[in-house]
Amino acid sequence: MLLDFENGRHLAIGLLPELILTVWAMLLVLHAAWRHKDPGAQRETGWLALVGVVLAAGATIWLWRSGAHIDGIATSVALDGFRWALTLIILVGVGLTTVLAIGYLDREGIAVPEYHAMVLFAAVGMLFMVSGADLLVIFLGLETMSVSIYVLAGINRRSAFSAEAALKYVLIGAFASAFLLYGIALLYGATGTTKIELLGVQSAHVLPGLTLLFRAGLALLFVGFAFKVAAVPFHMWAPDVYDGAPTPVTALMAATVKTAAFGAFARILLQGLDADQAHWAGVIWWLAAVTMIVGNLLALAQRSLKRMLAYSSVAHAGYLLAALIPGSPAGAGAFLYYLLFYTLATVGAFAVLVARGRGGERDVVTDDLAGLAESDPALAAIMAICMLSLLGFPGTAGFIGKWYILATATGGGVTTIAVIMVLTSLVSAGYYMPVIMAMYMKPRLHAQSHADTVLPGVMRGVLIAAMLGVIAFGIWPGNALTMARSASRVFMSQNITSVATPTPYPPGHP
Amino acid sequence: MSHFLTGINFDHWILSALLLIPLAGAVLLMVLPARLARSVALVTTLVELVISLGMWVQFDPSVRHMAFEYQRAWIGVYGITFHVGADGISLMMVLLTTVLMPLAVLGSWVGITTRERGFYGMLLVLTTGMIGVFVALDLFLFYMFWEVMLIPMYFIIGIWGGKARLYATLKFFIYTMVGSLLMLVAILYLYFSAGRLGGGYSFDFTFILSHLPRLPLGTQMWLFGAFALAFAIKVPIFPFHTWLPDAHTEAPTAGSVILAGILLKMGTYGFIRFAIPLFPAVAFHPWVSKLVIALAVIGIVYGALVALVQPDFKRLVAYSSVSHLGFVMLGLWALTVQGTQGALLVMINHGISTGALFLLIGMLYERRHSRLIADFGGIAAVMPAFAALLTFVSLSSVGLPGTNGFIGEFLVLLGSFQTHPAAAAIATSAVIFAAAYLLWALKRILYGPLTSDENRHLTDLTGREYAILAPLVALILWLGFYPQPVLRRTEPSVKAYLNWVNYQRALPLPTVVERPAAENDGGGR
Repeated sequence: MLLDFENGRHLAIGLLPELILTVWAMLLVLHAAWRHKDPGAQRETGWLALVGVVLAAGATIWLWRSGAHIDGIATSVALDGFRWALTLIILVGVGLTTVLAIGYLDREGIAVPEYHAMVLFAAVGMLFMVSGADLLVIFLGLETMSVSIYVLAGINRRSAFSAEAALKYVLIGAFASAFLLYGIALLYGATGTTKIELLGVQSAHVLPGLTLLFRAGLALLFVGFAFKVAAVPFHMWAPDVYDGAPTPVTALMAATVKTAAFGAFARILLQGLDADQAHWAGVIWWLAAVTMIVGNLLALAQRSLKRMLAYSSVAHAGYLLAALIPGSPAGAGAFLYYLLFYTLATVGAFAVLVARGRGGERDVVTDDLAGLAESDPALAAIMAICMLSLLGFPGTAGFIGKWYILATATGGGVTTIAVIMVLTSLVSAGYYMPVIMAMYMKPRLHAQSHADTVLPGVMRGVLIAAMLGVIAFGIWPGNALTMARSASRVFMSQNITSVATPTPYPPGHP
Repeated sequence: MSHFLTGINFDHWILSALLLIPLAGAVLLMVLPARLARSVALVTTLVELVISLGMWVQFDPSVRHMAFEYQRAWIGVYGITFHVGADGISLMMVLLTTVLMPLAVLGSWVGITTRERGFYGMLLVLTTGMIGVFVALDLFLFYMFWEVMLIPMYFIIGIWGGKARLYATLKFFIYTMVGSLLMLVAILYLYFSAGRLGGGYSFDFTFILSHLPRLPLGTQMWLFGAFALAFAIKVPIFPFHTWLPDAHTEAPTAGSVILAGILLKMGTYGFIRFAIPLFPAVAFHPWVSKLVIALAVIGIVYGALVALVQPDFKRLVAYSSVSHLGFVMLGLWALTVQGTQGALLVMINHGISTGALFLLIGMLYERRHSRLIADFGGIAAVMPAFAALLTFVSLSSVGLPGTNGFIGEFLVLLGSFQTHPAAAAIATSAVIFAAAYLLWALKRILYGPLTSDENRHLTDLTGREYAILAPLVALILWLGFYPQPVLRRTEPSVKAYLNWVNYQRALPLPTVVERPAAENDGGGR
């Protein structure tokens, strides 16, 4: 299906998932206002929000399958497999956290039906971030998402920690946005465009080397994104914000917000700046290395499970950055595969935390899970699979993801980062394995210690399905790998202007 | 018999069946009531044993290439295949596994009383993992089996182990991961460099061997180091051995039997199958060779000396493993037919004898709930059959002529004396130490006056326990008097391996580092 964005109807088709979610979110706001007195309103809004997510996902799949594309002129919105894949990953994350939130808000007595509308608005922002082929669209998406997440982080009005988290997130977020915007402005000054594709052409051909303006713009852009994905040394806000926010929001931030920011970043690097890979590879190399090392070491030092997961998500940002260093399309494929299963495992782990938490997830330490395997084998198995997948253990999809990144790095000639990655993964065994150890090998603290550890049936069913997926794609990753590779193919054809040294690309790729 | 097996296309499906049957058994366990768990596990492992004996019959030593080969596509885009096969070396390791597994199940028959389904399920998954390691001919597949096998062992030690089990199991897990993760990077590096040379990418081991890139020695050193570290930790070679006493001591009986009997062999098998054939120039580089032999000899003597002073019988046997595995490394680095054959025999013999020792300790522990040598004394008076068998198995472990232990160590010493006489001479002294630590322990446990009242009412071996020990005793005697059938099956494989190594070593290496343009390390710029 060939779309022409001059035509309004075609534009609407190209933006169908975003439009569906926007309209749906607005309707949900109205619905929430209408039913505000009703205590069941929150649940109802939640399920309705889920319907919206499913519709948007359906539209995405339809667009992907119908092969929607545009003529070779650089537009503001991309129509490619990379966008569809990321959109679906984000929608999976949003859907899972919504199911989790329905039960959570009910239990914690946070009767705010608007929560689900805000999540949908955040999702719209995320979708725009991954669909933007123009820096301004990406920025708009980022702001839409961020403002919604600020609200969500502070949605528990009775909790001082929640308020603290929201305030910190607003301040740091505003900072990061300012960096990003300034970077975009400087890049526009240097190249005369904000369109990602043209940026690539300009930087490769028109400019004789990189001008100071361009470099400065790039630096600011990198800082902005490093803040958003919580890469060290721009990660300081993450643990406090993740810790204070209501746990479903934390899951949303750790999984999907990161996916969206990374998606936009990857598109800019691989589509717009691929010719300058030699210039930015060193920066990303250091960012990735430091993030992996510091993230993992700090996670190792945590006692609270929630903070441990927060720092572990910082570490995962490092792994994802490593996939970008070679600047090859294979990196994009690795990236997609990793993000999907990272999302599943992260949300799964937070869901178990919610089940154990009951009003104080912040205080749950690893040993609070002791003996869970005996009182609730299914829940313990879910958590164990999540931990193994996050650790990247063979047999889980997390391993294939990590292996794909390692292959990208080794094939791209950055073996050192691959070594750092495996060594830091080893450190992560030091904090993922004790969780399994507590659940399976330690006795319960007292007979009733898991009496109130409950995960609602729906969430349990969804998670069990997700974990079966994690295992199945860990053993037969073939189809998913093929999809990830085909989704990243978009970054291949752009190379007409590329002057970079040819990156060896793994086999089988057409 | 052979005709019948050929008729049912045995060679084609046997390895896949050996890998799948335990998994099917594990699934079956989960749906049946817990009280049936041990029976299901026993039947499954016996089925494995019976069909694996077909491999012994079918194996044709005169054929040079891999037997029982089976290959099918798995992850096509990356050139990953499910490729399995066995030569004489793999065959012996697989048989060792299938022989020990039913005994390990029987050894846990009464000792494991909690969460039986989980325990026997883990044992069965472990079986698949171990056999997989010994037959995988695709580096990716090998890595999967190598790592996946960690999880069941981690749970077996951590849930059903002794007092310090949590410490021991985490240590075991982390140590093993340290090595294997670096090996993963090395595998990927090989994959890309062999692929560039071969005009297509594949993890298939035969493909990589036939397109072995002529990398400069420095690069090869790093790659060999990554493989060797993984295997050295598993063996374990001297400075990497500290996980072993903890894991062996804290594991339940079946865990110790499997750890000592099979898991350690995966390390030495890794050297024979992967690390040495891939990088012969490094493995037998004079410095590397000297280092390995020095560490092997240190391991032999140190293991024996430390075993001498252990108060805990299980720990004593654990340290004796360090010593025995040192012999294997010495034999491998002798680079002679006798040395390598001897190393293989020591691997098999150590599996049988130490497995039997751990089973015997388990029997004693189930009766007395102590493993401390000081708690016993004079129990030969109340458990004469036990005493006789423990003495017999200990003597085989020491290497008394006429038992299996003798022939393996003798061949190793014979082989290594030709190339490294000094090392062989020092290693010989350890045979004396081995006699000292085991016989002294026997004296304190079995003989002398019966001092403790608690030991007065110990019962002698039961029928089940005889059933466990009988096959091991038979194997000890058979291999001790007539090891020829085993040697005959391994010899062609060993010779092919040595030919390959010597041929590859003779090839010149590039001296100039050829760096493709894209190969930057990204850092520092």
